[in-house]
Amino acid sequence: MARYYENTSTFNFSWDQVACGYWKRYPNPQSTHVLSEDTWSRQVKDGCLHTKRLLTKTNRVPKWGERFFNAQSVKIIEESIVDPEKKILVTYTRNLGYTKVMSVVERVEYKAAGPGQTIARRSAWIDSQVFGFSRAIRAFGVERFRKNCTQMVNGFNHVLHSMFPRQVPSQHTMTPMTHTLKEMREAAAAATDRAKANVLSSVNRT
Amino acid sequence: MNSIGEECTELKKKYDDCFNTWFSERFLKGDHDDSMCAGIFKVYQECVKNAMKQQNIDFKEVDKDILGTENEFKAPPDGTS
Repeated sequence: MARYYENTSTFNFSWDQVACGYWKRYPNPQSTHVLSEDTWSRQVKDGCLHTKRLLTKTNRVPKWGERFFNAQSVKIIEESIVDPEKKILVTYTRNLGYTKVMSVVERVEYKAAGPGQTIARRSAWIDSQVFGFSRAIRAFGVERFRKNCTQMVNGFNHVLHSMFPRQVPSQHTMTPMTHTLKEMREAAAAATDRAKANVLSSVNRT
Repeated sequence: MNSIGEECTELKKKYDDCFNTWFSERFLKGDHDDSMCAGIFKVYQECVKNAMKQQNIDFKEVDKDILGTENEFKAPPDGTS
């Protein structure tokens, strides 16, 4: 039986802002484990936007887990549906390969909740079929997921704040806004590169 | 953000820029014609598919749709988690 985990977080941004920001979530200072992101397919069906993306992330496992899971990176498939009428964005991610060792499925629903607020309801199913170790691996998976949740929310908020600064929501501030956004994204990209270099050097050392 | 294939990152950035503009200025405003970025998407896709082939990624697994199908996991009823 998979372990189930859920939580809810609120973003102080409108649903439209969250939906736009979703595609620009990476890089951010909390996403140093995300190595690549690609769009695999995308189409509009019945007024909804269906997207499938492929992400690669570094694989952070404790020492005892290395015997099962020694890959340096994992590939993740992210499906999503944006319904602009109902203002709902649903994302569904799963890891590609190694699913017998540990499979992590995550579903997040971003819904408009009043003006300037969006609620994200996150569900996760974590499973393992390694004989004798599945319980330990599931427990590890849930714990890692729980910790990552805060990081995901903080990272996403960081991006949203740089895309939609709080002061003067007037329509005439577009030029300075894009300028600031560009600077912040570059700074975030530089931070990612530095962190990646750190990860790589620590991986190479062991 | 980088592409899985180093050689595709430039194309990816161009495509992403196009998509983000389309998404915020057209799609969310009710215009669902997605031809605006189709050209650049095609070129970018070819690059990514080649890069994925080189990394032996299982295309069948990637193509599998789960969201919106009966294979999608459902949250257990409240109180059973």
